[in-house]
Amino acid sequence: MKDEVTRDERVANLKGMGCARKRVEDARFTQGKGNYIDDINLPGMLHGDFVRSPYAHARVKSINIDAAMALPGVVAVLTAKDLEPLSLHWMPTLAGDKQMVLADGKVLFQGQEVAFVVAKDRYIAADAVELVEVEYEELPVIVDPFKSLQSDVVLREDLEPGADGAHGPRKHPNHIFLWEVGDKSATEAVLDEADVVAEEMVYYHRTHPCPLEPCGSVASMDKVNGKLTLYGTFQAPHVVRTVASLLSGIEEHNIRVVSPDIGGGFGNKVGVYPGYVCSIVASIVTGVPVKWIEDRMDNLMSTAFARDYHMHGKISATKEGKITGLWCHTTADHGAFDACADPTKYPAGFMSICTGSYDIPVAYLGVDGVYTNKAPGGVAYRCSFRVTEAAYFIERMIEVLAIELNMDAAELRRINFIKKEQFPYNSALGWEYDSGDYHTAWDKALEAVDYKGLRAEQTERLEAFKRGETRKLMGIGLTFFTEIVGAGPVKNCDILGMGMFDSCEIRIHPTGSAIARLGTISQGQGHATTFAQILASEIGIPADSITIEEGDTDTAPYGLGTYGSRSTPVAGAATALAGRKIRAKAQMIAAYLLEVHDDDVEFDVDRFVVKGAPERFKTMKEIAYASYNQAIPGVEPGLEAVSYYDPPNMTYPFGAYICVMDVDVDTGTADIRQFYALDDCGTRINPMVIEGQVHGGLTEALAIAMGQEIAYDEMGNHKTSTLMDFFIPTAWETPHYTTDHTVTPSPHHPIGAKGVGESPNVGGVPAFSNAVHDAFRPFGLRQSHMPHDHWRIWKIANGLGLHD
Amino acid sequence: MIPAAFEYHRPDSISAALAILQDHGDDARVLAGGHSLIPMMKLRMADIPHLVDLQDVADLRGISVQDGTVSIGAMTTQAELIASADIAKAAPILHEAALQIADPQVRYMGTVGGNIANGDPGNDLPGLMQCLDATFTLAGPDGSRDVAAREFYEAAYMTAREDDEILTRVSFAGTDAGYAYEKQKRKIGDYATAAAAVLLKKDGDKVSSASVAMTNLSDVPVFSKAAGAALVGTACDADAVKAAVAAMLDDIDPNEDNRGPVAFKRHVAGVILGRAIARAWSRS
Amino acid sequence: MTKHHVKMTVNGEDRDILVEPRELLIHTLRDQLDLKGPHVGCETSHCGACTVDLDGKSVKACTMFTVQAAGKDITTIEGLGNPDALHVLQESFREHHGLQCGYCTPGMITRAHRLLQENPNPTEEDVRFGLSGNLCRCTGYQNIVKSVLAAASELNAAKEAAQ
Repeated sequence: MKDEVTRDERVANLKGMGCARKRVEDARFTQGKGNYIDDINLPGMLHGDFVRSPYAHARVKSINIDAAMALPGVVAVLTAKDLEPLSLHWMPTLAGDKQMVLADGKVLFQGQEVAFVVAKDRYIAADAVELVEVEYEELPVIVDPFKSLQSDVVLREDLEPGADGAHGPRKHPNHIFLWEVGDKSATEAVLDEADVVAEEMVYYHRTHPCPLEPCGSVASMDKVNGKLTLYGTFQAPHVVRTVASLLSGIEEHNIRVVSPDIGGGFGNKVGVYPGYVCSIVASIVTGVPVKWIEDRMDNLMSTAFARDYHMHGKISATKEGKITGLWCHTTADHGAFDACADPTKYPAGFMSICTGSYDIPVAYLGVDGVYTNKAPGGVAYRCSFRVTEAAYFIERMIEVLAIELNMDAAELRRINFIKKEQFPYNSALGWEYDSGDYHTAWDKALEAVDYKGLRAEQTERLEAFKRGETRKLMGIGLTFFTEIVGAGPVKNCDILGMGMFDSCEIRIHPTGSAIARLGTISQGQGHATTFAQILASEIGIPADSITIEEGDTDTAPYGLGTYGSRSTPVAGAATALAGRKIRAKAQMIAAYLLEVHDDDVEFDVDRFVVKGAPERFKTMKEIAYASYNQAIPGVEPGLEAVSYYDPPNMTYPFGAYICVMDVDVDTGTADIRQFYALDDCGTRINPMVIEGQVHGGLTEALAIAMGQEIAYDEMGNHKTSTLMDFFIPTAWETPHYTTDHTVTPSPHHPIGAKGVGESPNVGGVPAFSNAVHDAFRPFGLRQSHMPHDHWRIWKIANGLGLHD
Repeated sequence: MIPAAFEYHRPDSISAALAILQDHGDDARVLAGGHSLIPMMKLRMADIPHLVDLQDVADLRGISVQDGTVSIGAMTTQAELIASADIAKAAPILHEAALQIADPQVRYMGTVGGNIANGDPGNDLPGLMQCLDATFTLAGPDGSRDVAAREFYEAAYMTAREDDEILTRVSFAGTDAGYAYEKQKRKIGDYATAAAAVLLKKDGDKVSSASVAMTNLSDVPVFSKAAGAALVGTACDADAVKAAVAAMLDDIDPNEDNRGPVAFKRHVAGVILGRAIARAWSRS
Repeated sequence: MTKHHVKMTVNGEDRDILVEPRELLIHTLRDQLDLKGPHVGCETSHCGACTVDLDGKSVKACTMFTVQAAGKDITTIEGLGNPDALHVLQESFREHHGLQCGYCTPGMITRAHRLLQENPNPTEEDVRFGLSGNLCRCTGYQNIVKSVLAAASELNAAKEAAQ
């Protein structure tokens, strides 16, 4: 056979790793043919809707469902009393706590689920919600975690006072856990002796992932076959199946969980919500499918929030600026139930990555979890578990230390970076950073923006401001972040006892195309595109000939799902390794067909060739066919492989972000005129997709830093429950971004990839925030809490006397 | 978010619409663009047994300029305002302001009449109509009557319009005065943190007439007569602007909300007014 | 409440449907007419995921009762192109990675279509302003803007070639 195609053309034809392959998902999405949860309609399906609490803390004296039941079209109204015989009125959270499915005697936050109405359509269900009469007796409300730990008001009467929680002793009825890492006494000793200590309270406010598609589920209990099918907005469908089985008592093989297309997740769709449970129960009770779709207010008021971390920090250094120690005590407001989604052994997630990108010899972190009358949660909103909190904390502390030392913050970072030759680096708080080259990235970033030039311009602007020629200050926001993603090694990381491995199963079809199924689920990341690229490079079958399928637990291998930037580090590795198993078997087949020893053939792009005789080869297409129709001695027919990958370590993506901002001191408005983002996510699978992830993550960071918050008043009333007040920037408020990269492959990952989806949020928030702070640094600002919306920026200026 | 049930009416004349309002009294509300009312209905904050859709009433449409008087039918949309060459010429401030209302989709549906008659202090056109000294025409069971815009607003969502009346037209004298509508908001789609409408006429190098109105800084739109008076006769210099701002601050009474506390809003109102005056002066 | 017969044209087809007055256009399109391209995102007319074209205007179908749409000509994303003949914008969004989760995409493209009808030569600023009624949580808009500008160029080139 004459090969007329060049090797370069063969490589291009694969559309493997490194190429900007166009996304296969887009054909259906651009034509309006996605299949999201509310697109699923089953025959005879009913609709569920919640009666929710108007109070943040109240006893439920009585619930009268008569009027609601009398409304034509209403089929059922469920309350905690109905769920109790099934032991489903409470459910376990992923954080080792438990949460009410429906109000059991009291309500603990505004918007809490009180009763579940099931009706023939969503209009009747909404009418019936209005007809359920609930009598409440108001109780004192606590919205401040510090006050909560001092209060006599016991929020969680279901917990035995003084009894240990899931993470050890509780020191107050409203206390959840104290989690400590590092060497407290050694750190405090260093701080006591230090030349310079900077101390600050850094608050990372409460916000919400708010994906454009709200959460929902469709449960269908087939009583004839005893099978439950549950469709829903699940970032971790397999875990949902296991939880559903444990909760309902239905054997796991009789439950099929399907995540259809998901309209954005960002951490909001990791947890298990009362709506999912109620749709299941309602389907069991009524015998027909039941759909529950939350509206935007439900989403912002009741499903999982993110952050709400009060981080008290101290950082010490020599006079020359060499950091000697870091101390942090965090008060974590979890709301009414601890419903954060962290690996079991990490009640504050990976907050202990808070030593950042710096070589800090000694450190201590303590985190107190606290109950308040706010919605439950504490999820990772576009970040690995609590990594945005950690990055924000250290990047603020560095800035404050720079002020204390009267040093340039870029230089302070440079002299404290972990050096390239120190990797793998063991941090004071117990992590082994796998790889990094921080100095190279930092220098590249500073040069790209002409950092010196920017500082000169800033100085000129300041002089002009002082002369009264302008009312705009210029801020330069620097950030260098290190993430910890890809959870994670099973020895450390599990969720509800499930080790955080992930999986890939591949079947090669006789004609040389393939299907691969994974334990993850895309919510916009483009897995169907990029995982096929990994496989294409590994097995020599064009990406266009590989179908990637996720999200159906009846067909996909078990996996822990998609969040915490874990898909590429874990499932991506499983994909590569499963691909290598395919390749190993293909090698045997090729050698047999070519009548040479296995060791005498080698893989080349899309084929095996005889070493030293490249004209003798078998393509993967030929090998696939042979695997099905030739009896090869000692080799099973077919070409399939499965890999369950337990990562030996996390991966540690990093990056350098610089934001240049003009701040109007009179109106508090901020104009972002430049944003430069350099990311190092190791091996780059699809640069187009990476760039898209960075743009999106930066825009979520912009929102969080500059205006987005979940706010409550003193009575626990939710103040930001619609998109009028919950800030999501439009195209108009969003700046243009410049992206860049360096490549430091992960040494332990099969293809060297580290994950990127969350980096821009982790690094973006401190970059925006630091720019605001930097603008006011000459006037003495040390710390001002986010979000930096107009009035809060104005308040800074006002407090510094800039309006006098 | 599902609205409660209601009966739907779609009259094709003002008289037919008025008859429905007569029949149902408080139970009926007219629907213009719906972008204030429908969200309220979906949130079940407005209970409306009878909804009277005015889209087929031809008499409520159209923009005309005759003898220097601009007349705008209540069902004219903001998109139509923006597209109108007549408006751009006779009242460019309205063109400038309409572009700052909500977002493109809302402007296709949102109407002049709805924005004005709803009585929401966050709406932009009520302030503009104060500035333009417009007249509102109301049709009711006993015929039509005119109300000055500056007399129309009583409190938040409370206006001089009776429940059985419909706002049919707004009219005002076209103007070649220097103009500016300056609005600070958190993002597109938001109401104003503070907004200022300013019209200035110049005679030589002095201000010969001035009109100043503010949006979302009180429970009604604020026409600040004193702010205008502070500018007239001056060269619109820094002292005059300062005096105008001081006068305006006496007339506003903002509330704290998610946009910020009162002190901030008052400060921004001053800054925004200063900028609006400067821009209007540069155009006069 | 009295149900109403509503006649309207949807994606070029005459439709006659029976609705309660309070039924929202988005629900009629999605649940009665099986046009699931337009989505529900915010329900308060802020996100634009439900955007459809109605008599040459971009409207948010979550903030309109179906009875209001009687007699109107409606185009949804499903009517813009088909698998055999995609609309230039549909091609362009794929080419320039103007979407990720896809939830905002139908509304975004439908809105962009109207924008280009009204302004065939938009600047980047025009596109950002013109799409400001549509929220996207995934893309940061940069590639959406790029997609729309590229589609504009392509449409203009095609127009020139035709002349």
